[in-house]
Amino acid sequence: MPATFTRHTVETERKDPGFGGKPPLDRRPTGGGGGDENWDSHHSRRHGPREQLIRYRMAVFSILAADLVFFAVLVSAFFVRQSATHISPSDGVVSDWHPLAPPPILWINTAILLLSAFTMEIARRQLFHEIDIMEEWLGLGRPAVRRAAPWLIATILLGGAFLAGQWIAWRQLAQQGLFFSSNPNSYFFYLVTGTHAVHLFLGLAALLFALAAMFRFKRVEMRQIAVDSTSWYWHAMGLFWIFLFVLIVFFQ
Amino acid sequence: MTRRLFTTNPRALALNYLFLALLAVITGTLLSLLMRIHRTWPNLAIPPHGVIRPEDYLALVTMHGTLMIFFVLTVVPQSAFPNLVLPAQIGAEGMAFSRLNAAAFWITAVSLLVLLAAFFVPEGAPISGWTNYPPLSALSAAGPGQTTGMDLWLVAITLFCLASVLSSANFLVTILNNRAPGMTFARLPLTVWSWLVSSGLTVIAFTALFVAASLLLADRHFGTSFFLPSGIVVNGIPARSGTGTPMLWLHLFWFFGHPEVYITILPGMGLASSILANFTRRPVPAYRLMVIATLLIGVLGLGVWGHHMFVSGMNPYAGTAFGLTTIAISVPSSAEVLTWLVMLFRGRLHPTTPMLFILGFLSFFIAGGLTGPILAQPALDAYLHNTFFVVAHFHLVMAMAGVFSIFAGIYYWYPLLTGRRMNELLGKIHFWISLIAAYGAFFPMHFAGLAGEPRHYSQLNGPVESFTRLIPVERGITWSAFLLAAVQLVFLFNVFWSARRGVAESGTNPWRATTLEWSPIAHPIIGNSPYEYAPAPAPGDNFLPQWEPEKPF
Amino acid sequence: MNWLPPDGALHGIALDNLLRWNLAILFWLFVAAHVLIVAALLLRRPRNSPSSVAAPTKTETLRPLLILEFLTLAAVSALYIAMDVTGHQLWAASREQPSAFQPVEVEITGVQFQWYFRYPGPDGVYGATRPTLVSAPTGNPLGLDPTDPHSADDIVSSILILPAGEPIDITLQSQDVIHGFFVPGMRLKQDAIPGMPGHLQFTPATAGDYSILCSQVCGLGHYRMQARLRIVSPDQYKSWLADRERAVLKAAR
Repeated sequence: MPATFTRHTVETERKDPGFGGKPPLDRRPTGGGGGDENWDSHHSRRHGPREQLIRYRMAVFSILAADLVFFAVLVSAFFVRQSATHISPSDGVVSDWHPLAPPPILWINTAILLLSAFTMEIARRQLFHEIDIMEEWLGLGRPAVRRAAPWLIATILLGGAFLAGQWIAWRQLAQQGLFFSSNPNSYFFYLVTGTHAVHLFLGLAALLFALAAMFRFKRVEMRQIAVDSTSWYWHAMGLFWIFLFVLIVFFQ
Repeated sequence: MTRRLFTTNPRALALNYLFLALLAVITGTLLSLLMRIHRTWPNLAIPPHGVIRPEDYLALVTMHGTLMIFFVLTVVPQSAFPNLVLPAQIGAEGMAFSRLNAAAFWITAVSLLVLLAAFFVPEGAPISGWTNYPPLSALSAAGPGQTTGMDLWLVAITLFCLASVLSSANFLVTILNNRAPGMTFARLPLTVWSWLVSSGLTVIAFTALFVAASLLLADRHFGTSFFLPSGIVVNGIPARSGTGTPMLWLHLFWFFGHPEVYITILPGMGLASSILANFTRRPVPAYRLMVIATLLIGVLGLGVWGHHMFVSGMNPYAGTAFGLTTIAISVPSSAEVLTWLVMLFRGRLHPTTPMLFILGFLSFFIAGGLTGPILAQPALDAYLHNTFFVVAHFHLVMAMAGVFSIFAGIYYWYPLLTGRRMNELLGKIHFWISLIAAYGAFFPMHFAGLAGEPRHYSQLNGPVESFTRLIPVERGITWSAFLLAAVQLVFLFNVFWSARRGVAESGTNPWRATTLEWSPIAHPIIGNSPYEYAPAPAPGDNFLPQWEPEKPF
Repeated sequence: MNWLPPDGALHGIALDNLLRWNLAILFWLFVAAHVLIVAALLLRRPRNSPSSVAAPTKTETLRPLLILEFLTLAAVSALYIAMDVTGHQLWAASREQPSAFQPVEVEITGVQFQWYFRYPGPDGVYGATRPTLVSAPTGNPLGLDPTDPHSADDIVSSILILPAGEPIDITLQSQDVIHGFFVPGMRLKQDAIPGMPGHLQFTPATAGDYSILCSQVCGLGHYRMQARLRIVSPDQYKSWLADRERAVLKAAR
């Protein structure tokens, strides 16, 4: 998780207004509170950059945990429906689950999304690159932002391409005559991919916000938090997609 | 004014939540009294409404359960009390995400308004019970109140789920990140441990309910059929064919529903430990055991939901498995109860009002909890499911134990909010009469259940079986219920009167407690464990609060 | 303890006994716990005189109490495990067994707000039903399909008559919402879930009339969704069945 990790000590100069504490380097900290006898009770320690980052990460993880339950419930509904049968007087036990051939474009979409996870992670790590962050913190331009921005833009474009590809997949299914309420399998397909697409759309909006934040936010740690939080969300959506994709392709 | 309205101060939000819960509990209690009147004197006309009709009765039952479980028993221990004392108890300056926290309150408030609106729509409130099993809850044709009223219920609960998850995410981050220096996990008060576990349970359980409610809304309005099978005929008219099963709702709802009751009771259990320590002037003897028990209850609580479904026709081996996990969860619960009993015999018991209410909590928790192992056995539950035996069980353990822990918290933390104590004499009257009246109201329900009386019956005389022989029992329950409701007026009077006329406290620590919410200094460094009462042999009442430096003894 | 209605089923005796000893033990635990609470409240009051005696060290009173606590915890845990085991034996005896050989078959359908009972007739097969054919006013509440030859001999009744001493296999289903099939006198309960026919097996022991109630809230008429279960001797059952079969076949012509 720490991008680059230099072991030499760096002088922590205190800049006057508003930067109290240490610069937001990805250095091994002594923790957000408790256990270290050498702390003084300075307020800003708890609002220090690393502590804030951890706070936002925990919040994102908590919400992602809830989201995981959300998708887990949908998937469980999928399995329940898949195994449901009814007794037909003529044929005996009958299942009305008609396996659905996933449109081939889904494979391309998956590749695109995985690629976007790579670009996202590169963007995130650029923003934690120690030397560049030191320069930003000292007010010497924004080299980290300049390095990260292209990767972030690449992620946005790939995310957009994924959503476009999903749209194409839906159109292809519709052309085959399979709509939301055509049969149970088709509507689970639409439901599951649609829910994921909505989440990804929100992720795209968050990415755009993070891009703007990189240029607009004045404090370097807030820039880091914006991109970091968005990137964990984006990775989670990629991970959820992998589960859903495996479900659609192999578990019909 | 706008500053007060849009405050992010947790204490102000706690007051807001308490007022919201007050509105809900008054409404819920009135509904229950109407229910009792209808059961005991079915032909009594209540002005201006008139006689209570069967559809009214089922709507009363549904809304009573919904209001009490969500807006009283979840809001107060899991939203109001943490906002009141959680940051202070861990030495934090505030919540991790104070605006998110405030937003959660407003979403909860909107949710309550949406729910109450169900009373005012043409067909009235839903009639399918707080559990709202489909297809009854999915098909508008299946009963009155199942149209707009049902939709409003679903929207209200969806909003409530959203608010709960956001607020609990905030609590989780606050507990994990905002602790003062020296406040290690081993020094957390047991209330904080319980909020850690109940917040984790909230994030998981309420999301499941959110999805379930959304799927039900989709079934009702978007042509899906997650819960509706094909072949349904209502009143001779075939319903649209579907591809779902009502069992999915049962699984999803109870996957939420069981952790929900632990979310409701765990903060009260943590508070019981703290108050027992405070008023016996002795530490919690097996602190690590209590922490492990709390964690176990939380984790195991996610695996017992099937015990609400023993008679649903699910696989009998699943019944056996859930029976096993349910019996397993009685072990950590018993460990906590036994520790509390041990605490009663250490030190001297100062019978202040908060302490009395915790003793009442202990009594109800034992009374309600002991029928748990009976209901945990599928064979016995096959007789007792959905009879008044179950109603007795959950009212004793949730309504009375949970509510008594809420009272204890209010009497205990009252000086924190107002600088005054509530009147002790009124408190004792409130306690004793509530205790006796509650046992009078709920204990006889065990017998009605053993006699086979089912739940949700709006009339006792049916075409084949008549439970009118139980009318004397019903009458006794009704009088006790009225007494229980009436004595709460003493409590309300006490709350509002003492704010102006209560005994003023000169210091910040009127109960001579050790936990940080009573600290006179800000930003302490923590060196002591949370319940250092009588830490060393010394004359008189000595204790070592957490905000004082660690003294070598 | 006379709150339980008289038991008429074979498994009921064991169930009642289990329920009784469970309740007895738990009741005495309840009493014991409250004796402790009241004792603490009365005996552990603060002394009014200022204490010149040092507060006891942590371990003086604590160790024996903790040992007592752990022993009690072990004892109640053993009790809970015993309850689970005995309860499971009863459950397994009725649910985790293969079906009885040639039980008496009856299908029970819950409809808002009535119970219907269908016997398969001499051919032993339930006839097909179609939702579109459901019409209670014209005497076809279950939607029996006349084109299916197996429907011709099905007997639909609104009273459930069964022979004593023989194993019964119930197919339980619902036409509209979830209902609960509950016979207190037979210690029987299972939900009737639409779209998911379930099976329930028991053996009635004592002749007599028993009430069938609905135990899952199903709408306005939930409280009056009741029917009668009549247990008769096997001979009486056979003659009743034969009478009804003759009537059904005569009506079919």
